[in-house]
Amino acid sequence: MAELHPEQVPFSRLLPAISLLSAAALAYEILLTRLFALIQWHHFAYMMISVAMLGYGAAGTLTALYRDALLRRFETVFVAAAGLFGIAAVGCFLLAQAIPFNPLEAFWDSRQFLRLALIYLCLFVPFLFAATALCLAFSRFGDQAPRLYAADILGAALGSLGVVGLLFLASPMRSLAIVGGLGLLAAAVVLRPSNPARRRVALLLAALLLASLPPAWLDLRPSPYKDLSQAAKVLGATLLTEVSSPLGVLTVLENRRVPLRQAPGLSLAATQEPPPQLAVFSDGDGPGAITRFDGRREPLAYLDYLTSALPFHLLERPRVLVLGAGSGQDVLQAIYHQARTVDAVELNAQMLALVQDRFAAFSGRPYSQPGVRAHLAEARGFVAGSSDHYDLIQLALVDAHGASSAGLHALSENYLYTVEALRDDLRRLAPGGLLAITRWISLPPRDLLKLTATAIAALEAEGVREPGRRLALIRGWKTGTLVIKNGDFSPDELTRIRAFCRQRSFDLDWLPDLRAHETNRYNQLARPDFPAAMHALLGPDRAQFMQRYKYLIAPASDNRPYFFHFFKWSSLPEWLYLRERGGMPLMEWGYPVLMATLIQAALASLVLILLPLLLLPQGTGGRRLPRTGQGRVLGYFSALGMAFMFVEIAFIQKFMLFLSHPLYAIAVVLSGFLLFAGLGSRFSGKLGGRLRQDQAERNVRRAVLAIAAIALAYLFLLPELFRQLAGLPDAVRIALSLGLIAPLAFFMGMPFPLGLQRLAGTTPALLPWAWGINACVSVVAAVLATLVAMHLGFTVVVILALLGYLAAAWRFPPAPTAGADAVKASE
Amino acid sequence: MGVWRIFAWVGITAMLIMDGAAGSDPYAAQRDEMLRTIILIAQDEGFETGRTKLDKRVLEAMQKTPRHRFVPPDYRNKAYANRPLPIGHGQTISQPYIVALMTDLLNLEPGDSVLEIGTGSGYQAAILAELTRRVYSIEIIEALGKRAHQTLADSGYANVQLKIGDGYYGWPEAAPFDAIIVTAAASHVPPPLVKQLKAGGRMIIPVGTAFLTQHLLLVEKQPDGSVISRQILPVSFVPLTGGGR
Repeated sequence: MAELHPEQVPFSRLLPAISLLSAAALAYEILLTRLFALIQWHHFAYMMISVAMLGYGAAGTLTALYRDALLRRFETVFVAAAGLFGIAAVGCFLLAQAIPFNPLEAFWDSRQFLRLALIYLCLFVPFLFAATALCLAFSRFGDQAPRLYAADILGAALGSLGVVGLLFLASPMRSLAIVGGLGLLAAAVVLRPSNPARRRVALLLAALLLASLPPAWLDLRPSPYKDLSQAAKVLGATLLTEVSSPLGVLTVLENRRVPLRQAPGLSLAATQEPPPQLAVFSDGDGPGAITRFDGRREPLAYLDYLTSALPFHLLERPRVLVLGAGSGQDVLQAIYHQARTVDAVELNAQMLALVQDRFAAFSGRPYSQPGVRAHLAEARGFVAGSSDHYDLIQLALVDAHGASSAGLHALSENYLYTVEALRDDLRRLAPGGLLAITRWISLPPRDLLKLTATAIAALEAEGVREPGRRLALIRGWKTGTLVIKNGDFSPDELTRIRAFCRQRSFDLDWLPDLRAHETNRYNQLARPDFPAAMHALLGPDRAQFMQRYKYLIAPASDNRPYFFHFFKWSSLPEWLYLRERGGMPLMEWGYPVLMATLIQAALASLVLILLPLLLLPQGTGGRRLPRTGQGRVLGYFSALGMAFMFVEIAFIQKFMLFLSHPLYAIAVVLSGFLLFAGLGSRFSGKLGGRLRQDQAERNVRRAVLAIAAIALAYLFLLPELFRQLAGLPDAVRIALSLGLIAPLAFFMGMPFPLGLQRLAGTTPALLPWAWGINACVSVVAAVLATLVAMHLGFTVVVILALLGYLAAAWRFPPAPTAGADAVKASE
Repeated sequence: MGVWRIFAWVGITAMLIMDGAAGSDPYAAQRDEMLRTIILIAQDEGFETGRTKLDKRVLEAMQKTPRHRFVPPDYRNKAYANRPLPIGHGQTISQPYIVALMTDLLNLEPGDSVLEIGTGSGYQAAILAELTRRVYSIEIIEALGKRAHQTLADSGYANVQLKIGDGYYGWPEAAPFDAIIVTAAASHVPPPLVKQLKAGGRMIIPVGTAFLTQHLLLVEKQPDGSVISRQILPVSFVPLTGGGR
């Protein structure tokens, strides 16, 4: 192509192209998390995607190094980068999943790390392409930074909303192909009118082709060690159906030759076996079971031999609330025990549809049985918005055992097992009512102990002086159930608990009057660790015990909602020592993976930020990086990158609780943030145009003060406000949330484009570098925010963010001086 | 000086080659090394497992059994490392130490009849066959079952009976068993298997996921027919600081 003069690309074409590309890039990022959850496991997905996102930082470095050459071919480079992003988004993922990376083997086989590195590289490429196009646009039209930035993040807002909608309509792989097509579409949009029409047509055709790739090319290749992969290999396994939504992919498997028999932790004394079942896998993990039910109770007798059946032996025909009802096992258990009413709460509409419609003949429609009502809702939000009282609230065992035992959930926030959540549950109990929570047994004990510590904290917060009198903990070989009573246990109830456990060979780990000789009888451990720990947790030395325990078992709270985070640094040397001796499962992997991700991202960022400084000679003139203001640029843009990310992540968490449904929450909050930040950016551009240059600095300071004031006010006001408004309908809460996000995000959208605009006017050579710094620090900050929240809570994340903003306000790049003018003149 | 070094080098290499050629089994040395590792770990971790010394017969069986034949060709050089290995179809062969410990916990006698649910590579069945009169093994993945059958036959294990199918109902024709080992993942212990266990018999189940044995579940059937289970961590770990290692 002949050399083009950059001015020839009209700004009016660039803006929609930027929005499109930015939407596609964000959608791609979200899709990757879905795709890797399907083929691998959640925590490695986190690692791969965060490191790959450094493609953004690398684009800044690249543009800083080759700024002049790239700018001279602006149109060519933009079109190529956007188009290549589209192709690479699909191609590189297909390549990445062909790499036989097996995280489970990583600690036995060092080759796995090489494969992990190859996956990074594959995923990095699409981010690099998209970001190069974006960064180049900022470099070229820096004086219009507020308008560009507005188009950029408005596009991202669209992308985050759009991908959720897309996932309702198409499978994750098809969605990926469509997103790839959007990249090519962005390339077509930006082509100048003077180009031959066939170029545009070719790009449009390519976009269409990519989006409609044949399904065979878009096959997912899940790890053979996923539960679904293993079950599918069993003799006689037949795939019945697969449905997909943003909440996940549900796969139903039938096997008539080797039937599924799901009865987690069935008593060793049981003689009944489960009736025929269908296996339901969620993102390839699980399975849960759709159990055949023909209206007769007898085939369900096995459900009375699970630890979770205990509360039914203490209550007469209770009114039951099942939280996380899934494929219906707990509802059947309540039906078997002739509960008076059952309110069953399930988040995933497709799960309910499978049980109630698609396999209705098999399942007997448990959710339509007399007295049973299904509620499509998120559990925590349902409880907060409910005014009913129940005799029994059952918190079902929703997570898969495998993931739980390897500590894979450590990084995911969980708002069901926090002090505040249990308090909400306790308030919905009728007098004498029971809250029963069943968990997998992890050895050495941690899960059930953290749950107990959380329950004790909740009871104490509710003003109960002796929590021990209201607790009972029983244990089989695979599951344990903690029962919390709204009132003290009576002698009669304690007798019944003992009888229940004796008949089923379950152990007693805590009763208010438990004696040592009654413990550790049926499912024996080398030491009576469970009763001993319960005793310590309910005694005067609780704090000291938790501190001395080798796993983190302090209560989880809404501010630090990491129930599954058990890792303690002090135990690491011992775990590592025992690793090769069969002690691998002692280790909790989620946290070390997070640390490794942070370290990798930080090192890579450092290299990317320093590279332009090292490779380009310092000084003024020519293709050199001006020394003027380097320190301030670094300070300003890294502080902003950290602060913006911290505020965004912390408030997404806070609003998640209010909106309760994770889909609404992520889509509404994220797109709300981006939308209003975009508007703020647009507005700041108008301000900048009318005001003198030194006004920009004042505007940044004003914006920062506004952010600080609003964020601080929210920290204090939101928890109580959310509690008061929890009962409002979804639509109202969404509108309210957007209203609350608007002012905060509006001001947060200003400092970054104002900074870029200032650079464009003073030292434009520094602009791509600044952009890269911001991108790198944002990636590191996203990982760091989780780490800080784990240790110190989300409140501290917000406070750190505000300090970051204040620091940025004082490091605003200097206004033009005689020296800087000279630099600009020489550019 | 340099010439002498080369001579010495050639000499040592030649000795090693001849030594390898002299022995009928080039893997014998690796197996000895594996055995040393197992014995050492057992000594250290016995507090938790209750077995500071593994049964001499179990160790002999581990020393005899050609583990390398049961792993895929790509992994043969790692066959005797103390680590689990992939065997295809999303399945693994357990770490040697875990195999030794599980076998040891079964308290096998030469006249015993043993049932295995989940043949996998067939390695565990081979070890059992070294120790007992008769081994019955069931595999649910057809390809694995066929391969294990071939390997066992090629290695001369005539006392292993293998079938492909559902293990949930055990092997009623051959019941009751002195010992049962369930290596296939299960959400619960199948009641029919408990029924097919002799009074005084033992059942062992590794609990965990591929590459990760979380703990071992040992089910013991009492003379009165009731069962108790023990959950055994393969390593010694006291969860309170100051209370162990």
